Parts: sequence; C-alpha cells; structure tokens
Amino acid sequence: MSKAAELAALIGSGQAQGNKNLIINGAMNVAQRGTTSSITSGTGNFGPDRFRFQINDLGTWELSQSTTVPSGQGFSNSLKLNCTTADTSVAAASYLVLQQRIEGQNLQQLKWGTSSAEKLTWSFWIRSTKTGTISIEFQHKNSSSAYYNRGSTFTIDSSNTWEKKTISVPANTAQNIINDNSDGLYVTFWLTAGSNWTGGTFNTSAYVTGGAANTRVSSSIVNHADSTSNEIYLTGVQLEIGDVATAFEHEDIGTTLAKCQRYYFQYGPHPSVATFRHFNPAYANDCYCSAVQSFPVEMRAVPTVAYSAITYQNADNWGTSSGERNQILTYSMSTSATVISGAYIAGNGTDYAYANAEL
Amino acid sequence: MKIESPQYQNDPFTGEKNHCIKATINGMTAFVPTDPDNSDYAEILRQVDAGTLTIADAD
Repeated sequence: MSKAAELAALIGSGQAQGNKNLIINGAMNVAQRGTTSSITSGTGNFGPDRFRFQINDLGTWELSQSTTVPSGQGFSNSLKLNCTTADTSVAAASYLVLQQRIEGQNLQQLKWGTSSAEKLTWSFWIRSTKTGTISIEFQHKNSSSAYYNRGSTFTIDSSNTWEKKTISVPANTAQNIINDNSDGLYVTFWLTAGSNWTGGTFNTSAYVTGGAANTRVSSSIVNHADSTSNEIYLTGVQLEIGDVATAFEHEDIGTTLAKCQRYYFQYGPHPSVATFRHFNPAYANDCYCSAVQSFPVEMRAVPTVAYSAITYQNADNWGTSSGERNQILTYSMSTSATVISGAYIAGNGTDYAYANAEL
Repeated sequence: MKIESPQYQNDPFTGEKNHCIKATINGMTAFVPTDPDNSDYAEILRQVDAGTLTIADAD
C-alpha cells in the first residue's frame, strides 16, 4: 500500500484523528500522588495517575514517576516499579498486577456487541530487568454487569532495555460494553501470579464470562519479585481503534491533567500555602464553620474526601456534607465565640487532602 | 485497601441520615459517600458482605 493510500485508510478508520488514545496519561506525565514506597499488599493507584497497582504476597514495591525513558521517542516520564524486598516463592494466591480501567461511556465507539465491533491495538514501551513472558488481559463489562475476559502474552527479550510492544485486542461482537460511568474495560498486565491464576488452561481464544480464575493468566510468566534488583519501566501506553499501532499521541499537560482530575484530585502537599480552608468569623460556640470546595473538573462520581492531617483554628470535628461530582461542603465546629474559627490543610510540605473517584 | 473503624455520618446541614461513612483508609481519615458509583463505598460493602468489616451507627 502506498503511503498516500495508507494515510487515507487511517483517516477513514479514524485512527489519524486526535484523541485516539483510550488510555489516560499514557505518557506518565501526571503523577499527583508522587512516589509511594513500601507497597506490600492491597489495591490502589499509587504512582502516575490512572494506573492501578494490585499486589498480594509478592515482596515490597515502590511505585514512582521516573525520567528514564526510551531515547528519541519524545517522552519525558515513565512509570517505575521497583522491587525493594524480594520474594522468591510465588504462593498460589500471589499476584502482581498493573492495570488501567476505562469508563464504559468512553468506549461506545467500539460498537462491541454488534457485527461492526472494532478491534483495538494496544502499544507501549517497556523496560524490565527480568526477561521472559508477561501475561496480559482484556476484560470488559456488558450492560448486564457481567464481566468477559480473554488473555494474551508478550515477551521481554532483553534485560534493562526499552522495547516497544504491540498487542492486538480482538473485538467482541457478541457482548456490548456498559454505557455509563462505571468500569467498562480493564487492560491489565499480569506481571507475576500464582497457580490460583495460572493453574488452568490459559484462555486466549474467546471472551468468556464466569470462567475459572486459573485460566486468566499464562503459566509461562516469570517472577518479577525474585530480586531487589528488579525494576520495570512503562511509558507510551496507547490503546486505539484498528489493527495498526500508530505513533503515540503526545498530549498537552493541561489536557492530561484535567482528564486525570476526573478521577483524582489532590490538595497539597504545599511547602508554604495552606489549602482546603474554611473559616467563619467569630459567632458562637458550637456553630459550624463551612465552605464549598469546588473541584477543578466534574468528577466521575461523588468522591471520597480524605486528609492526612487537619489543622484546626479554634475548631474541631472536621466533616463533609452531602457532596456532588463538582463540589463538596466541608465543615468543622467552632470552639470559641470570640475569634475566627476554621480548619485547613497546613502548608508544611507534608499534609495533604484528596478527592478520589477512581474506578 | 485497608479500611478501619467505619462509622456512618449524618449530614448536619441537610439532616440526611447516613450520607457518608467516616473511616480510616490506608492510614488517612476519609469520608466515603454512600453512592454506589463510588469505588471506596463498593469496597466497604464488599468487605461487609464478606463478614470482615462492620459499619458502626452514626452518633
């Protein structure tokens, strides 16, 4: 195919248009949470925004935004996974997972559940100390809230070397994707997993629901937690319609930040300026000091609001009133009738609060 | 996700009962709206269903 014909085909498919990447923050440029150390168990979004790390019984890990990037590709940042305590024995229930969850209403252009369902191409740059197989999984939720999944694999060929990988994601013509603000599609790296996930016949042939857990991950995967020398870097993550991995769509930081803030917004830590403040003038004991805290963008859902530490000024009992997706009212109780009362997140470089509406 | 000491809260302004759950989540004081779209609330309900968590009544 000539270059002109190839371009025409891409334009016709929509791939050459802007906003083609279904992944948010694929270049890892937004990391509101900073670095998270000593992750040993549980689930959460810890490093660069929108990427969710899940671990069970596989050492201790640090998740951070790194400036180690593949040369000549225009990237400034990557997601870094660093094993800080090794575990050489993978128990049956162990797993190490990195994932992005995508809202169903952002996926309706895929037309899944119809004969016109679009296939996808997932591409990314990865660098890993450990070579060998990594298992991946595509899992989507239909309008009946049933989950369908199928897997695939790719291989790290050279240790500590940036490699670009391209994965084909088959369409599902039989099942749709739920059209709302909930979790429509998961794209998942199963970095390491135990026999509870790998013990069966790996399902790579079709989207299935209700299948055995032990068919979800390839038994060929390696243990990325077996040495404190192990690191994994990831950047340039792109998921796009079609069967061609086109050039990564670099995005301005303001656009990426706003997309991330739909799911998570952090106040502080700031080295000198207090945030998240509410104050009332002197009025009476036990009256409410309150203020509406507006979010920079409307969030996916009414968020959880949390703080690491609150500083009170003649007040106590911080709380939240009923919230909305774009704002929430915070309050505290005045303890003095004669002075200004309120509460805030101190600008001391440590304290912070967040609003969380992640999937 | 480590969720500790969950307790329902009533809204002092609107009077709405159990409008959120105050809990310690991963070491931070959190206020989780009782909104089915909120993933923290879904996780609390999952742990309650599993019998590993109990939500205290509001004061």
